[in-house]
Amino acid sequence: MGTRTAIVGVGQTYHTSKRKDVNGQELINEAVRRALEDADLTLKDIDAIVIGNMDHFEAINCVDCWSVDGSGAFMKPIMKVTTGGSTGGTLGSCAYYHVASGLFDVVMAIGWEKNSESDTQAAISTCADPILERDFFGGAIGPNAAEYAMYMKQYGASEEDAAMVAVRDHNNALNNPYAHLRKHITVEDVMNSPVLCWPIKLLDSCPRSDGACAVIYAAEGRAEKIASRPAWVHASAVSHDYVYFGDYDWEAMPTLEATASRVYKRAGIVNPLKEIDVMELYLPFSTCGVIWMEHMWVCGRGESPRLIREGVFDMDGELPVNPSGGVLSTNPIGATALIRIGEAALQIMNKAGSRQVPNVNTAMATAFGSCYWFEATILRSGKP
Amino acid sequence: MENETTFEIQEKDGLLVHQGVIRVPYTWAAGEVASRFYAGLREKKVLGLRCPACKVVLVPPKKVCHRCFSDLTDWVEVGDEGVLQTFTVVHYSEPDLHPVEAPFAYGIIKLDGADTGMTHLIGEADIKGLKAGMRLKAVFRHQPQGNYLDIAYFKPIEEANHG
Amino acid sequence: MDKVAIIGVGQTRYERGNTKSFAELVYEVTRKALDDAGLELDNIDNVVTTTNDFYDGRTIACMAVAEASGSYGRDATNVEGDGTLSAFYGLMRTLSGVYDATIVTTHCKMSEGNPRKLFNQAFDPIYDRILGMDAISSSALQARAYMDRYGVTEEQCAMVSVKNHANARNNPYAHVALEITIDDVMKSPMLAEPIKRLDISPISDGACAIILATEERARKSAKKPVWVRGVAHCTDAYRLGERDLTYSAALETAAKKAYKMAGIRNPFKQIDVAEVYDAFSYMELMWYEGLGFCDRGKGGKLVESGKTQMGGELPVNPSGGVLSAHPVQVAGLARIAEAVLQLRGEAGGRQVPGAKTALAHGITGICGQTHCVWVLSNEEA
Repeated sequence: MGTRTAIVGVGQTYHTSKRKDVNGQELINEAVRRALEDADLTLKDIDAIVIGNMDHFEAINCVDCWSVDGSGAFMKPIMKVTTGGSTGGTLGSCAYYHVASGLFDVVMAIGWEKNSESDTQAAISTCADPILERDFFGGAIGPNAAEYAMYMKQYGASEEDAAMVAVRDHNNALNNPYAHLRKHITVEDVMNSPVLCWPIKLLDSCPRSDGACAVIYAAEGRAEKIASRPAWVHASAVSHDYVYFGDYDWEAMPTLEATASRVYKRAGIVNPLKEIDVMELYLPFSTCGVIWMEHMWVCGRGESPRLIREGVFDMDGELPVNPSGGVLSTNPIGATALIRIGEAALQIMNKAGSRQVPNVNTAMATAFGSCYWFEATILRSGKP
Repeated sequence: MENETTFEIQEKDGLLVHQGVIRVPYTWAAGEVASRFYAGLREKKVLGLRCPACKVVLVPPKKVCHRCFSDLTDWVEVGDEGVLQTFTVVHYSEPDLHPVEAPFAYGIIKLDGADTGMTHLIGEADIKGLKAGMRLKAVFRHQPQGNYLDIAYFKPIEEANHG
Repeated sequence: MDKVAIIGVGQTRYERGNTKSFAELVYEVTRKALDDAGLELDNIDNVVTTTNDFYDGRTIACMAVAEASGSYGRDATNVEGDGTLSAFYGLMRTLSGVYDATIVTTHCKMSEGNPRKLFNQAFDPIYDRILGMDAISSSALQARAYMDRYGVTEEQCAMVSVKNHANARNNPYAHVALEITIDDVMKSPMLAEPIKRLDISPISDGACAIILATEERARKSAKKPVWVRGVAHCTDAYRLGERDLTYSAALETAAKKAYKMAGIRNPFKQIDVAEVYDAFSYMELMWYEGLGFCDRGKGGKLVESGKTQMGGELPVNPSGGVLSAHPVQVAGLARIAEAVLQLRGEAGGRQVPGAKTALAHGITGICGQTHCVWVLSNEEA
């Protein structure tokens, strides 16, 4: 059995559309300093670092090596992990396994992106297979739009149901000083926003942000001394499925179901709706916030719209989702999923400020990227 | 939006090889520290940041000292002359990369008053006669553009007095 | 550290202009590693791939190789950097107690890209990237600094090239095997002084995979397990002008940590064979020093002594090393795979007789900014 591991510190930048005042290393440094401050540690306490982003978003090769001036990795072990949009989840699990292996006591994960510095859509389109699919691949929105159109027809859901998810996440962001988009919106606003790819509209979609996040993991024995209420990692799981976009079963979502099943099993969760107190989910579109709840076994097929309408996932509901405002309000891609883990940890640690959900003992964070690559983490206030 | 275009397919023994180019436009925020360094070069001044804890002057400057992780704010002007630490004469040509035609020399130059070296081009030099330890002087670009080549290159200083 | 063993390895032949796709290359080594270990994919529960979006010419390049590594239905992750680091992450996941058997894969088709331009992207975009440096010209700055400081000669560097290219003749996976003399190296075309054509590694395509297993799983494996006794990595300063280019402090730190884990006090005596990342001939000499095989500045003398040749006290790079095959991000994992073959006594014509303890080494970044050191043994701790 590996070493028990907990999150003991979280730091992030104030996310925004464009950070012209800092270069990448300086942006990373802001998050690193805040995480160290949060954990009341100095760089000397950090035994190893993991970092990640998306190469073609900043065009910096060997980011781990370049990052040293911001990450503090000088004469320390550092490695880079990256899996596209899910990079932040990959980073969190990488730092977790560093500690769980027993080889490192205190490890920092850093995710960052300066989306403002490139043409994100041009860069992302090169993720398609260059021989078969690159010529016509148009990004992630098409499949998600088609998925929701099918879902509406099959289960009688509406565009307004998705809009309610957008309203929830955007308005939750008003409580999060770090969020990028902080504007009160209504279902009407969402419905009236420009259609990007029917039925997905502008306010149903995530923005592009500049930002960084750092999360510090520590081993049992150290963790309790660093944090009064550490967020213990109970399980991490990942699943993906890709050869070609056309091969994926968009309706059955096998990788999300596999990830959720695996992470619940490892954490001993049988009924996620009852047993999980808060979720920070990587929802790139509001429509995912409707459909994916079902693939995560939170409710039965077709039941999600009713729970949304009843407010089950609102701040004062039974299972608050995205108190931070989620991906719809903040999306520095390489950091996005690490922010989910950091926010989930803050909820456990009772340090989430005005976005705090009362009495959180179990929290879940997810990551989504590549071609339906999902990662999930379960954190608890008690040790595994 | 200009990105990937498949423009040629090679065939060998029935196996196809597709060609393509990824073109993505980039901008890079220099940040306050590098912006100030480049503002200095416009006035033919080379600026560095001193780390009070490590007692070193970093040129080119950066916001954080990699050794002690302090925030650096103590600006100093260093000399535009310095000592060649190491060098290489490049004989191959890579026109899309190299700012000058081969053969040419790269060097690492520690400027007077600095504790770190600047990697740069060496120009106006007999490239067969380069030696570590020789003194070089920055030659500034006539019309600065705000990038690293606002120092066009470093040239050897004639040291008649020392033979 | 709990016991973890390497129970399977697979390599392609390294060559320039391989016409397989990434997935086909990776599938080849995944299949070979599974067969080598006598396992089926069902026995694997964890996958670590290695990609780089620049070298692969593709965003989220891990998408192209995950399934070929056997990721369907199991946990998978992806490292960007040398294969020694992917293997390290695979080791950590294996040690976590969550997984029994982990496959680590890495691939490279650098012949399809422009390595000089791609490596230039590792330089700082707001400062010196515009100078147009690449791996050859930046390494030449390091070579000159090192050789000037310690009086290491170009001939001594050439000896590394002669030795490793000759060793490669015994390695069926090697890309460039040559029977050359010091004179041939010295007369080969100058690229960036003091580095000449025969001092540099080739542009190679290829793939490599290894399988790591918990003690319990390893005891059931088909092949004699090779135990991981020590491993560590460390990163130096980013800018060349801020480093001591004449000596790798990061390598020394990583090596000392790995040796401590493995109980090695005198590496030159206790290690029987080493596979090091000699991207350029001078690097092997510098790495001797950082690895503690000899004192600072004595790398040239060590190669001259013949002690690192086949038949010497500590043969270095019996495979021919990176000078004879340089698939970027694969080369470090290939060093581990070669070390495993040595410790099993399966290295054929390049076998170091009776090898019990082996060292494998990888680098990432400009002039070896990051080093990763592995100590492996066929004897249990």
